[in-house]
Amino acid sequence: MLVLALALLAAYGLITSPTMHWDVVGQYFTSRLVLEGLVRTIYLTAAAMGMGIVLGVILALMRMSGSVTLTVFASSFIWLFRGTPLLVQIIFWYNLASFIPRLTLGVPFGGPELASWDVNSIITPLFAALLALGLNEGAYMSEIVRAGIASVEGGQMEAALVLGMRKGQAMRRIILPQAVRIIIPPTGNQAIGMLKGTSLVSVISTPELLYSVQQIYSQNYLPIPLLVVASIWYLILTTILSINQYYLERHYAKGSLRALPPTPYQRCKAWYARFRSGGLLTTATKGSSSQ
Amino acid sequence: MSACEYLLRVENVHKSYGAAPVLRDVSLSVTLGEVLCIIGPSGSGKSTLLRCVNHLETLDAGRIYLEDELIGYRPDRGRLVELRPAELARQRAEMGMVFQQFNLFLHKTVLENVIEAPMVVLKESRESATRRARELLEQVGLGEKADQYPRQLSGGQQQRVAIARALAMRPKLMLFDEPTSALDPEIVGDVLTVMRDLAEAGTTMLVVTHEMGFARDVADRLIFMADGCIVESGVPAEVLANPRETRTKQFLSRLG
Repeated sequence: MLVLALALLAAYGLITSPTMHWDVVGQYFTSRLVLEGLVRTIYLTAAAMGMGIVLGVILALMRMSGSVTLTVFASSFIWLFRGTPLLVQIIFWYNLASFIPRLTLGVPFGGPELASWDVNSIITPLFAALLALGLNEGAYMSEIVRAGIASVEGGQMEAALVLGMRKGQAMRRIILPQAVRIIIPPTGNQAIGMLKGTSLVSVISTPELLYSVQQIYSQNYLPIPLLVVASIWYLILTTILSINQYYLERHYAKGSLRALPPTPYQRCKAWYARFRSGGLLTTATKGSSSQ
Repeated sequence: MSACEYLLRVENVHKSYGAAPVLRDVSLSVTLGEVLCIIGPSGSGKSTLLRCVNHLETLDAGRIYLEDELIGYRPDRGRLVELRPAELARQRAEMGMVFQQFNLFLHKTVLENVIEAPMVVLKESRESATRRARELLEQVGLGEKADQYPRQLSGGQQQRVAIARALAMRPKLMLFDEPTSALDPEIVGDVLTVMRDLAEAGTTMLVVTHEMGFARDVADRLIFMADGCIVESGVPAEVLANPRETRTKQFLSRLG
């Protein structure tokens, strides 16, 4: 109780402090620069997660393929990208041009040059950010996907094979859909981590949410209110992600339970219906379920 | 009898896991419409034999033919080479298999389980696959369960769906790997009834089982296996009542 009281007091103090400048928070909350940064954060999160999931599935299948070459390749990839700091990887891709200034496609050993690109023009800050986040995510996602696939009983693959399906078909139609149920919760975690992780790319001046508010407070010298602006947006986005995760989990729980528990919305509706019929005080039964 | 009168021929099959032999020179044949039951103690190799027939397991030596087509391998310059995955899949599609643990696709409804392979492997239309699936589900007594998920069914019901799923591929041969061993005693009968109906309808069946009553009443021939060998075979009633070999006598007396 004492801890709770102290926490409430501290929160009250912070919220009502005149240095908080709630008016500034309100003023910049929907300013153009912040919204542009927000859109870029959402874009980076979605694109890097998409890239990570696709890469993760490919790497997991490579690791489980039984081929030595593919297994070694996938394991090395995971070892490298999971074993070095994400921040280092971001800065590395950003500075790739100083390492390989030109990318040339042509016949090796003095043959004619077919095409050549200036690396600096390909690796824009946004592209470097996407590359770093996506490749790093792929390494983590591959382990999550592998765990998901391994959790599906071996009998499922055999049942598909004896019906005349090929391994690829069985993997796509039978194994992966069942693995998804196991894969979603940790992937939700990763997506939330990714959303916040995109703020790291502010170091290579990619104008995402954090970089945008940094630009503003470097001019008006009000870092706290602007960081609050960014934090509120991050909280709103993580909340939306969590809600999506709940419904996605429910969707893929099909067949894994005899009956699905009601959603919070269904619970509220059932509660309200009982309230209307005046039975709230007398009946305290569980929310209605479909089966 | 000429070779082509046999639907399935297993010739001198050897198989070992590491140093441990599981099948030692096993040969048998099944004619069209015949029901052959295989009994024997656990570890005798009967399940492995069944899994060799549809090439879930590779062979160390010997050959298996379905309608005179070599299963799992093709001859190549005097040696046998394993077939490509597409060919293996085509051969497996001609045989139905029912597992001890049912192995229904848990994320699909009963109906989706039955129409899956006809649609994906045989490229049947959804309408015709669904029509046939409903007939088959009626046939195994589960017409009203079409939209349920496997986990909502009892073990016996799941196994009957698994049988319908295998039949949907119109297999030439049905393989049953201890289909009732994971079931509660009181529902074993439901599954056996379905299998009995299939046998009466002329389905060729190779059944690994511990159900001696079923073997006696339904099988045309009975094989007793022990230690990876076929010890004795013959008319079920005779083998069960008057076994010739000591190993068979021991096994049957232990069943009481």
